[in-house]
Amino acid sequence: MIVTMVLLPFLGGCLAFLLRRTAPFVAVLGAASVAATAAMLAVGVWRSGPRIYAIGGWGAPIGIELVADGLSAIMLLTSAVVVLAVSVYSIGYHEHDDSDAWHPGEGFWPLALILWGALNVLFLSADVFNLYVALELMTLAAVGLVVLSGGEAALMAAMRYALAAFAASMMYLLGVAILYGAYGRLDLDGLATVVSPEPAAFVAAALIGGALLLKTALFPLHFWLPRAHAAAPAPVSALLSSLVVTGSFYLFLRLWTGVFSTIAVPAAGQFVGALGAGAILWGSLQALRQQHLKVMIAYSTVAQVGYLFLPIPLLTSAATTPDGALLWGIDAWNGGIYHAISHALAKAAMFLAAGTIVHALGSDRIVGISGIARQLPITTYAFGIAGMTLIGLPPSGGFVAKWLLLSAAFASGQWWWAVVILAGGVLTAGYIFLVLGQELSLAGTDQPVELSKVPRSMEYAAFSLAVASLLLGLRVIEPIALLQAGLPFVEGG
Amino acid sequence: MEWTFWMAPGLLAVSFVTALLIFPLDEEQVRLRTALNLGGATLKLILVGVMAWGILTGHEFEARLSFVGELELVLRLDYLSLLFIVLSAILWFLTTVYAVGYLEQSPHRSRFFGFFSLCVTATMGIALAGNLVTFFVFYELLTVVTYPLVVHRGTGEALEGGRVYLLYTLTGGTVLLLGIAWLHSLTGPVEFVTGGQLADLAVERPATLRLIFLLIVGGLGVKAAIFPLHGWLPIAMVAPAPVSALLHAVAVVKAGAFGIVRVIFDVYGIEVADGLGLLAPLSLAAAVTILYGSVRALAQDDLKRLLAFSTVSQISYVALGVSLLGPVATAGGLVHLLHQGMMKVTLFFCAGILSETLGIHRVSEMRGVGRRMPLTMAAFTVAGFGMIGVPPVAGFISKWYLGLGALEAGQEWVVPLLALSGALNATYFLPIIGAAWFRSPEADWAEFDGPETDWMLLFPALATALLSLAAGVMAGLPFSPLWLTSFAVTEIHGP
Repeated sequence: MIVTMVLLPFLGGCLAFLLRRTAPFVAVLGAASVAATAAMLAVGVWRSGPRIYAIGGWGAPIGIELVADGLSAIMLLTSAVVVLAVSVYSIGYHEHDDSDAWHPGEGFWPLALILWGALNVLFLSADVFNLYVALELMTLAAVGLVVLSGGEAALMAAMRYALAAFAASMMYLLGVAILYGAYGRLDLDGLATVVSPEPAAFVAAALIGGALLLKTALFPLHFWLPRAHAAAPAPVSALLSSLVVTGSFYLFLRLWTGVFSTIAVPAAGQFVGALGAGAILWGSLQALRQQHLKVMIAYSTVAQVGYLFLPIPLLTSAATTPDGALLWGIDAWNGGIYHAISHALAKAAMFLAAGTIVHALGSDRIVGISGIARQLPITTYAFGIAGMTLIGLPPSGGFVAKWLLLSAAFASGQWWWAVVILAGGVLTAGYIFLVLGQELSLAGTDQPVELSKVPRSMEYAAFSLAVASLLLGLRVIEPIALLQAGLPFVEGG
Repeated sequence: MEWTFWMAPGLLAVSFVTALLIFPLDEEQVRLRTALNLGGATLKLILVGVMAWGILTGHEFEARLSFVGELELVLRLDYLSLLFIVLSAILWFLTTVYAVGYLEQSPHRSRFFGFFSLCVTATMGIALAGNLVTFFVFYELLTVVTYPLVVHRGTGEALEGGRVYLLYTLTGGTVLLLGIAWLHSLTGPVEFVTGGQLADLAVERPATLRLIFLLIVGGLGVKAAIFPLHGWLPIAMVAPAPVSALLHAVAVVKAGAFGIVRVIFDVYGIEVADGLGLLAPLSLAAAVTILYGSVRALAQDDLKRLLAFSTVSQISYVALGVSLLGPVATAGGLVHLLHQGMMKVTLFFCAGILSETLGIHRVSEMRGVGRRMPLTMAAFTVAGFGMIGVPPVAGFISKWYLGLGALEAGQEWVVPLLALSGALNATYFLPIIGAAWFRSPEADWAEFDGPETDWMLLFPALATALLSLAAGVMAGLPFSPLWLTSFAVTEIHGP
């Protein structure tokens, strides 16, 4: 089952490359079957705990192992759902390219599927080198996807992105080399037991940590993100902002609470948290200033990435506080991951909705979208519901995440994170409702604007993702229970 | 599971399903939409009736759903909820009739009525919430679903109104959440229990509890429009008349006031709140707001703005009543939740009729309008007298109990306050009423034949006016608002 999740996307990617016409259907079929597999895997992990698959029968430390615990399972499921919706959306999005000449759609399918395959490998890998390969492959595909829309802006944005991402890859690889030199092994579990506070480990941690912060675009290393995510075609923006960013955060979280848990000092945690707070404030303020819808949403990603890192200081102090900390440590863990998956769904929905608007209007200036609610009600609802999740309004997945993080912040005595979380929510509301207000506005729309026709499937794809992010706030027990499988605290402490 | 489990969620589901059915309808499907609207509202009235009968005959309605960790979402009917759901169900029915008539020709009716029904759903959730988190969930939901109603007209002014509305309410909600999360970190889940559960903590950490109270009541005070947090209310007046009626009488403002009632009686407990010295400042803030709202209303020429400032003033009677100790004052405050709702909704209905039928928006244009629209102005007069506190309209009962309660609690200063406020109310309502009936009209209103306006607009206004009158005249009889309130008062203060 685990192998299917890795193989199918790659296989699909190759097929999509060969079968140009039928690529969309390959992708949708693949996404649907992987989503089903991921759901089965999630149920399996929830019922009977983490699963391990040793490739070729060789276990760690010699062979390569694929491990699916609760965190992996929920990430796999989330990305399968996002990819499924994005695929359905993209069929409509690329529909109008009927010419025989090469068009962006042809590049999109193979690259998107390979990106997704790399992501799945990332979620399942249990050794730092394999993770590197996955990360690198993901980056390559992502850069390729950004260039798809063509044009100078996209090219420049992609170059910038590529430079930042490859610099990060080098740092990561260097860190891995140092670890291997010092401890002679690469598997996560093994490393976690041998890494001790000494110079080599600190240098490796700094390199790897810095690399992942750069890839996740945590403030102030976010410089490459807004342009890259805004310049890409809408389905690509959705994949990048919801999944790629989450992927590198996932790796950071894994390593911080696993391999480096013995050397992660509270001060470092506070530092990362402070960067997160900076991201929330800076990203939101920038988003408020933007004139273009997609750039605004991209800055919103910069801000939301900040939330992802707020649990880090809490987790770090939970790991170093002997008793009574387990409960709020778990709250912080659940809250952070809940935020990651809610954000992934909501942000994908929002970019897809924005894409629909651009598709219909031919422009994404925020002032130009006045009254769009009249012509595209479903898209407007999608945007609004996704916005609720990002703001953290109940009942949405974002609210649950916010509540868990707030509880953890208060229980640990680190109330300042609570203030940051809440202030960020108000700022988010500011830019979300700025757009919603425009969409509902009827001022100056006496002559209705000529809109291109939008396939219904595009509107509903965005809408379903938005509703999924809302449902996460209504059924909380099952996802949270799933996350308890393979919790780093139980065995690690 | 027992049928009593399903009643409270069912009450929410009725409005929610109505909303889901209405959203996808086409603009032109007027009949189907109206049928769904009225069907939903009627079904809700019936369910509320059953639940009212149930609780009075000793049934308990409670539904629990596990939420996050040890938190639960709880819906429970107690006597306080009963007040709120009875008020909502009745006024909702009438407002729906009114809104159908009012919005006859306007665009986006499906969207409007969809959010309208979601708004009821949220209000019902607030009324039935059995713990603080459930309350918060619906409280914030209400903010979100009223936004499209406030900006419904889509004009620049409407958008600006919506922006200010959100700025206030979302910031208030955030402060509220901060308080709630902090309280949870100290006590675990906070159930609504008469008398509260904070007595021990009040001894250990009084300062913290005071700060949390400030955060929570400060957050709720935004919707309850307590001075100086009331700024959004007059600006949100750009909404269509039925929405204003709803915001002022049943939904948003009431949600804030109801939240304050819950926090004082069921989270802190009135003794603990008094012991921490929290009630005196609150009653003072309420007193200031009562006077401030009335003074500002004096200077308004725009009728809806005048009514908005009047709401600012009137809603603080509730906070005043519950922050004075003693059962009589409590009764005065709680019964005003109902009385103010009925009277204010009447006034807004009338204001809407005037603007729709004759294009009157300003007080100065109302001269002689009584001759043109006698029934409408009769309803307006009854409600206006009620606001002043003239017997036998409902408002008099509220003020009477508030005054008696204040004396009983040894807070003599409240009596002159009530008198002054009544005088101020009279200063701005009586000239309007007088001019409408006794001055000769300036404008040349077309002669009319048949009814003075659409019956779908007139009937709700007359009905609520009659209710306001009946609530006052028959206050001592069973099924009056005062009678319903007495159960809640007994629950809080003991027999």
